[in-house]
Amino acid sequence: MNPNDQGPPAAADQPLVKLESLYVSFGSDPHDRPVVSDVSLELHRGRCLGIVGESGSGKSVTARTLLGLTGAAAKIDAGLFQFSGRDVSRYRDRDWRRLRGRHIGYVSQDALVSLDQLRQVGREVGEGLRLHRAVRGRAELQAKVVELLAQVDMPDPEIKARQLPHELSGGQRQRALIASALALDPEVLIADEPTTALDATVQAQVLELLAATRDRGKALVIISHDLAVVSQMADELLVMRHGRIVERGAAEDVLSNPQHEYTQRLLDAVPSGHSRGSRLAPADAAPTGVIAAFGPRHAAHAAIAEHGAHDGPLLEVAGVRKSFRGPDRQLRTAVHDVSFTLHGGETLGIVGESGSGKSTTARIVMALEHLDAGNVSLRGLPWSGIPERERRKRRRDISMIYQDPLSSFDPRWSVERIVGDAIATHVDGQEQQRHRLGELLDLVGLSRSLRARRPLELSGGQRQRVAIARAIAPSPSVIVCDEPVSALDVSIQAQVLDLLIDLRDELKVSYLFISHDLGVVHHISDRVLVMNEGHVVEHGDAEDVLRRPQHDYTRKLVSAVPRLRHVREPALAREVA
Amino acid sequence: MSTINPAYEDFRDETTALRKRLIAFARSVPIGIWVAAIIVLAFVVAAVAPGLLETQNPYSLDLVGRLAAPSGAHLFGTDQLGRDVFSRVVAGARQSLLIGVGSTLLALILALILGMLAGLGGRIADAIVSRVIDVAFAFPVLFLALMVVTVYGANVASTLVAVALGTTAGYARMIRGQLIAVRDAGYVEAARVTGHPFSKIVWRHILPNALRPLLALFTLGIGNSIIWASGLSFLGLGVPPPAPEWGALLDAGRDYTTIAWWLEVMPGLAIVLLAVSVTVLGRHVQARLEGKIRTNLI
Repeated sequence: MNPNDQGPPAAADQPLVKLESLYVSFGSDPHDRPVVSDVSLELHRGRCLGIVGESGSGKSVTARTLLGLTGAAAKIDAGLFQFSGRDVSRYRDRDWRRLRGRHIGYVSQDALVSLDQLRQVGREVGEGLRLHRAVRGRAELQAKVVELLAQVDMPDPEIKARQLPHELSGGQRQRALIASALALDPEVLIADEPTTALDATVQAQVLELLAATRDRGKALVIISHDLAVVSQMADELLVMRHGRIVERGAAEDVLSNPQHEYTQRLLDAVPSGHSRGSRLAPADAAPTGVIAAFGPRHAAHAAIAEHGAHDGPLLEVAGVRKSFRGPDRQLRTAVHDVSFTLHGGETLGIVGESGSGKSTTARIVMALEHLDAGNVSLRGLPWSGIPERERRKRRRDISMIYQDPLSSFDPRWSVERIVGDAIATHVDGQEQQRHRLGELLDLVGLSRSLRARRPLELSGGQRQRVAIARAIAPSPSVIVCDEPVSALDVSIQAQVLDLLIDLRDELKVSYLFISHDLGVVHHISDRVLVMNEGHVVEHGDAEDVLRRPQHDYTRKLVSAVPRLRHVREPALAREVA
Repeated sequence: MSTINPAYEDFRDETTALRKRLIAFARSVPIGIWVAAIIVLAFVVAAVAPGLLETQNPYSLDLVGRLAAPSGAHLFGTDQLGRDVFSRVVAGARQSLLIGVGSTLLALILALILGMLAGLGGRIADAIVSRVIDVAFAFPVLFLALMVVTVYGANVASTLVAVALGTTAGYARMIRGQLIAVRDAGYVEAARVTGHPFSKIVWRHILPNALRPLLALFTLGIGNSIIWASGLSFLGLGVPPPAPEWGALLDAGRDYTTIAWWLEVMPGLAIVLLAVSVTVLGRHVQARLEGKIRTNLI
């Protein structure tokens, strides 16, 4: 147990890292539940270990323990913790610094935050080389950096090395991070949510790159909340929950034949075309309350009665164009000649990668942007191009759910006030308003005891439920959902999607559903609009577009989506191929 | 993550809940903050009811016992005319606090008007008001004070106005920035989408959220203003003698520094103690408002 014990170098078949019964806890109270309990794992050369779990499952803390980065506040207790046969359980920060970079590389989640904004990318990538004195002289360092960037398929590596992080795209930044992790050719590479912030096509490229490092003999650890990403790569899989490993095994066994009920739940929660019409969350998980709260019809009929029947499309967007002036004062067209219609009770999905103009389209539909050309009409009446004063009283007919509910709530307001504010626009009398509030909270499955809470005191899923309650409060006929579930864990996402579908069926409301996640859009939409660089490239029935894409871009998008491997279900990709 | 105070669940027994919250609040305040609070409170007592603390009449002369060192009879000693320094420092608290609080209030009101014009009045108003603020920012406080005193004479009111004018530009800039940040917040857009008119949104969302940090700014500003006011009096631009203003006390004692240190040290200590205590309190309030310290009261 001597920390300086220099054991013999590990033989090729021995695990590089061996960790047994790891416990990590924070805080001084010995009765605090450990953040990680009883986690054991082994890393082997040329093998990939996947760790899956939702936020708070302890997966990132486990990863940081492997790097000695848990911080001073953490109490670490491990039965056995070996790196290349050496005991590292008593390593201090100084000892870890010798290991990090040279023997263990780390790729973190958010490349924009992890890269120093004011340093050239090349300097960042070469940092490890300089610190560990792996190269001699500037010229050699420069050459090595360019070589590393080329190795991760960075376009124009000489130029990119001299640029600042904000001049690179998200995918390029992630590549730079991987290049810096690989700089000293470490035996172990730990990637914590390496693709979470990336678009599907870029994500596919980054995963390919990571797979290549594994094939070159590195021990790879991939940590993700996304089962599909992990299933692409992992040989062995750990499923973590509340700091414990609930299931472990060969990836194909775990995915094709999950033993633990939680793993099954995670698998069921992944939305896709296959899951259409079925519920994603198990019946016992936080009831959506729609069926319980309402004798059927009541609300739907109320909505129709209030707004009056209307035959044509609810929402009609015709030839809409919008440009913005960029930082270089050049006009950039964000949305180019977009047209579509939305009928009563229908869900239209809009998919596209970041920068495709889908959020601008949402803002145009909400009349939050002035149009350069084209027009929008709601219930056959003009909606764009009229003064805001006239629009105001009709705004209750169309509401919105945001990606980040927290920022859409006044932080000082309680749940009661947030939802009540949307009720007060059309319900008079305190008694009726209070009654309606209770009704709405039941409808979205929120306990009435949460009424006095502020947004910050709610969980992510609860916040989105409050946002939904606020959106349906005025009984709108159209709800614009801008990435409503992309900030949520899979199982919470499943509950919220179930809720949205229940509400649609119950209230006969129409959704304009915007997401970068093809699986989510396929699950919920009747029709789909595919956007790329401000243009609509494909438009049609969801099944047709996503299973038999006609346009090249859609095909690329569909094939880039990581899919659950080893799971027996008719996935999209096979039919595309 | 969501450690909710149990008080939320406890509706049945509200008095117990309130007492629990008060105890939790008292425990969450560090001892240094309590000390600062007690010092500020002592100065407030001195300002409101100086009779409670004064040991002697601050104006009564005693030429026999002049320049006496601090002792049991004269805690802070006596000055060149035999007046009790402790009583004069106590008597000076009223003017210092009055100028500190008054000028900060006045500055904030002026800054609020300018800041709202710039932050919410549209692009042209912003351009004009921002330039005005920039110009005002370039004027030294001393210069502004000189102008005010030259026109209106040296008295409490002109000191107050001078300090207020000198500090307005800084506040106005901060308020403008706050308003702009909140103006573009997601919840402002959400309120617009709900169909509320802009005036209602300003009143219900933008102002409360933008101005909340100003409470802390206000307390921090008081300390700042007290020092400015003392500085002006020291230079003879503030409250004229024989009023026992702290800066004026410092000025009067200047010639006797080598033989009667207490004439300088005692009023100086009062200035520093009050300014530091108010600032410490202000920083603490600020930390609470920014959520750096968990609390259920503020």
